[in-house]
Amino acid sequence: MSDATLPARARRVAFPPNWPARIALVALALYAGYAATILDITWARFVAGFGHGARFIARMFPPSVAPDKLELLYSGMLESLQIAIIATVVGVLIALPLGLAAARNLVPLPLAWAARALIALFRTFHPVIVAILFVKAVGFGALAGMLALIVASLGFLSKLVAEAVEEMSMPQVEAVRATGAPFLSLVIMGVLPQVMARFIGFSAYQLDSNLRNSALVGLVGGGGIGATLFTAFQRFDYDFVLTIVLAIIAVVMVGEVLSGFMRRLFQ
Amino acid sequence: MDVDRSLVIRNLRKEYRSGQPVLKDVSLAVEGRGMTAIIGPSGTGKSTLIRCINRLVDPTAGEILFRGQDLARLGGRALRVARRRIGMVFQEYNLVERLSVIENLLCGRLGYVPVWRAWLRRFPSADIDRAFHLLDAVGLGDFATARADRLSGGQRQRVGIARALMQEPDLLLADEPTSSLDPKTSVEIMELIARRAGERDIPVIVNIHNVELARRFADRIVGMSKGEVVFDGPPQALEQAHLLQIYGGEGWLE
Repeated sequence: MSDATLPARARRVAFPPNWPARIALVALALYAGYAATILDITWARFVAGFGHGARFIARMFPPSVAPDKLELLYSGMLESLQIAIIATVVGVLIALPLGLAAARNLVPLPLAWAARALIALFRTFHPVIVAILFVKAVGFGALAGMLALIVASLGFLSKLVAEAVEEMSMPQVEAVRATGAPFLSLVIMGVLPQVMARFIGFSAYQLDSNLRNSALVGLVGGGGIGATLFTAFQRFDYDFVLTIVLAIIAVVMVGEVLSGFMRRLFQ
Repeated sequence: MDVDRSLVIRNLRKEYRSGQPVLKDVSLAVEGRGMTAIIGPSGTGKSTLIRCINRLVDPTAGEILFRGQDLARLGGRALRVARRRIGMVFQEYNLVERLSVIENLLCGRLGYVPVWRAWLRRFPSADIDRAFHLLDAVGLGDFATARADRLSGGQRQRVGIARALMQEPDLLLADEPTSSLDPKTSVEIMELIARRAGERDIPVIVNIHNVELARRFADRIVGMSKGEVVFDGPPQALEQAHLLQIYGGEGWLE
């Protein structure tokens, strides 16, 4: 029995073609090709770039271990660590109340929306952009970098706290509310026990992330190892650049291990 | 006991969606002692009625008079002060799962204890002694530092009862306290509520699906159907005809 002999309604299509998706894919491919021609991306430039890259890497070896350079590396790295840790601590302390204020199941809606708007504002710009703004506002140095990372930590942590609180189990909160507990006691005994483990996990991740970003904000004038790196680039000290890059990689890896350890500790 | 623990509900109405009342002008006077059981089919407003009393649900209209106040009108601090005199036991126990058993009991003192004490767990030693005493009384003396999510259903409900009693309430509300438990545990839980409330002269209002348990433990039965009180009397007065009126239909009574 061939298809043609079946009544029309019996020949059902198992996987109907999704025309909007197909059109969107084709359009995306066409646009990518068009954008590449506009941006003057050619094979010749690509090859030339490889050549420059190779020369650049060649000038990096061996990494510089001159005592004066190591001194610079040490002080820069120390400043970065301080920036990252202070930013995380301050961020954590402010993010907890801000996140609670943004939880729609806990506070009156107008307050929740106001807190959400503030959080959205903190999250609007990349830490580097925020760092540039702070460098303009308070001048070059660690203070600007620290403020930028505090803003970044606040945006991330308070949003996650708000979401964790909105997902918590309301019956438990209701029971504590029924005892006549004042609001803050309700938060301490009914809400925090439910979200604390996740909050500590987020905070550990944020510390990790601030360690990496503290190098980044330094590049735009926010102090720390990023500033050292930027200076080394400008002076064509490529061998010292490599030393700095290796040191950053080492610190980030240690940070990752530490934050993983912290998360396990508080599970 | 010189405090008047009676409760008077007048024309209580609750509409979750306007024009569709779940409670249709319910009036009920509960004496300051003994157990009052509210029976009725699911969705008939029993839970709403009980939750209006401690204002976990806000009534649309009506009065709830208790200790010289209209609970329906209270807000803010006055409401919290009224709530701490009203204990509540929940169907799903509603313990804070990540807190220990003793911490859950001490939640019953939150209405009296300043925030910093709750935060630092520096509860007054009298409260801690009472918590241990109550824990022994409900048979869970060995579980004080266990986390609440490690307990079985019956054990959790015992903690729920102890938490409500920690409030030293003038009224105990129980919303289907046995519906998630097996028959034997259900009887034990009802016994526990009746005994511990009885020896403290605390009036109890309990929502319950199990008519037999209601007959056995309650001094008074209130039957509700479609948001209205259709039966009110002592357990002996509750007859088949009343059950038909409350629950409707016939076949299930065979």
